Amino acid sequence: MPEQVIHTDKLTKRFGTFTAVDGISFSVRPGEIFGFLGANGAGKTTAMKMLTGLLIPSGGLATVAGFDVYREPESIKRSIGYMSQRFSLYDDLTPRENIRFFGGIYGLASKELREKCDRMLERLDLKGVADTRLAALPLGWKQKLAFSVALLHEPKLVFLDEPTGGVDPVTRRRFWDLIYQAASGGVTVFVTTHYMDEAEYCDRVSIMVDGRIAALDSPEELKRRYDAETMNDVFISLARPARRSE
Amino acid sequence: MSAVLITDGVSKRFGKVEALDGVGFSVDLAELFGVIGADGAGKSTLFRILATLLLPDAGRARVLGLDTVDSYRMIRTRIGYMPGRFSLYQDLTVEENLAFFATVYGTTIKENYELIRDMYVQLEPFRTRRAGQLSGGMKQKLALCCALVHRPELLLLDEPTTGVDAVSRLEFWQMLDRLRRLGITILVSTPYMDEASRCDRVAFMQEGRILAIDTPSGITGLFSKPLFAVRAAEKHHLVPVLRSYPHAASVYAFGSTVHYTDSRPSPDMGDVAAWLESNGIGGVGIERIKPGIEDTFMALMESMTSRREAADA
Repeated sequence: MPEQVIHTDKLTKRFGTFTAVDGISFSVRPGEIFGFLGANGAGKTTAMKMLTGLLIPSGGLATVAGFDVYREPESIKRSIGYMSQRFSLYDDLTPRENIRFFGGIYGLASKELREKCDRMLERLDLKGVADTRLAALPLGWKQKLAFSVALLHEPKLVFLDEPTGGVDPVTRRRFWDLIYQAASGGVTVFVTTHYMDEAEYCDRVSIMVDGRIAALDSPEELKRRYDAETMNDVFISLARPARRSE
Repeated sequence: MSAVLITDGVSKRFGKVEALDGVGFSVDLAELFGVIGADGAGKSTLFRILATLLLPDAGRARVLGLDTVDSYRMIRTRIGYMPGRFSLYQDLTVEENLAFFATVYGTTIKENYELIRDMYVQLEPFRTRRAGQLSGGMKQKLALCCALVHRPELLLLDEPTTGVDAVSRLEFWQMLDRLRRLGITILVSTPYMDEASRCDRVAFMQEGRILAIDTPSGITGLFSKPLFAVRAAEKHHLVPVLRSYPHAASVYAFGSTVHYTDSRPSPDMGDVAAWLESNGIGGVGIERIKPGIEDTFMALMESMTSRREAADA
């Protein structure tokens, strides 16, 4: 069996008396598109912070890309890609400057970076606006650039935190084309979303409720188990009885 | 029925960007009216003009019978506005925020308590928590409470459910339904197409213009082509293979299926299934379906984009 890209065992985070993440155990397989769902306040963000090496857990075990979250958070950060709807690229820089900035951060050599930059701009059809400030570009263009920048250092695993929030339905689907492309190239994708139709595009989905993983399976299996037509119905039947909502 | 809100030829430009381009529509009393559109379609600019926070370059808007330019002061006391970005005081507690907004509008939390009770009950356990420390769903409930505390006649809600989970969204829309029944007119924008179907009427916006206004069932009537849902055992490759079919017109992933339209007047779906199977896609099932709001919106978006590209060429 190939090594799991993410593996957690009773991973826990407490803030004072409040247990934000309450002993979650799961694994993500190489090349998988893994949907990480949950209501606002269920503990998703805290869990993601632990998995991306930004927060040390209070208990339990976790390895990400083969590194231990307690001892090797810096190695984790170097081995993963990360993109969030809230922060991804610098609006005041151009696409070219953004690519070079993030390439520099990830320690790519300047010759390699120049070549990669040109190839990326070409592939994304952004050559015409390579030197235009990002702020002036449509959101859909920024997103595909942000996603490519997250993959610039060729990580095996990429975290996408609500990558499609607030985007029109056509752009949203184009973004999922990019996710599928990356996954078919062997990249493991860990994605959060509030669009339940997008949950159906994942290979497997976990649903967090009150700090725990309430369900984890393929969308087809979850719908069967909860006798639901859609993932939206599955989500609502699991998350509605949640006790805490902050 | 009397119109609570009327706009006529409202336009607004920011430098080179035409944010709004001759927007005209009206909203009736106690109507729940949805504005659907992508980021950058002009929704927020429209809301700011209606909330008297921005002057139109051309055209007029009347809110509650008052002109948004001449009578902005009077309008402000009678509307509730929830901006797209969370704009309560992060350093004040839940209770302090609510008391602040009540005081600004010369009222008290008690006076209109029955209006916000359903939501406030859920906020109460976090009464002394700072607003900045609330989760997305709770922030949104607090923001709606603050917009309602003076019992406005019209609510302007700019993307209140963006980034909010499916359960909170459901509860939020149940709340809007109750408010409408109390006679409050609601203009709400959203990027979630499933929410559009909960509105009395919907306007589709793109690039500063309104593409269509109708009831949800009227909107889906604009979808003219036969629409099919295609399913297959292997979902990763279904979309690209279907797109490569020579007669494919539109191919969009839709949850567990893919929605397909054909470019021929009478599509041969048996041939489509054969194409998929010969390209290694197993377990194919195809059925004719009724278009939804999201299908219609995407079709309108695409036809507008291709018209513009044709005009540019």
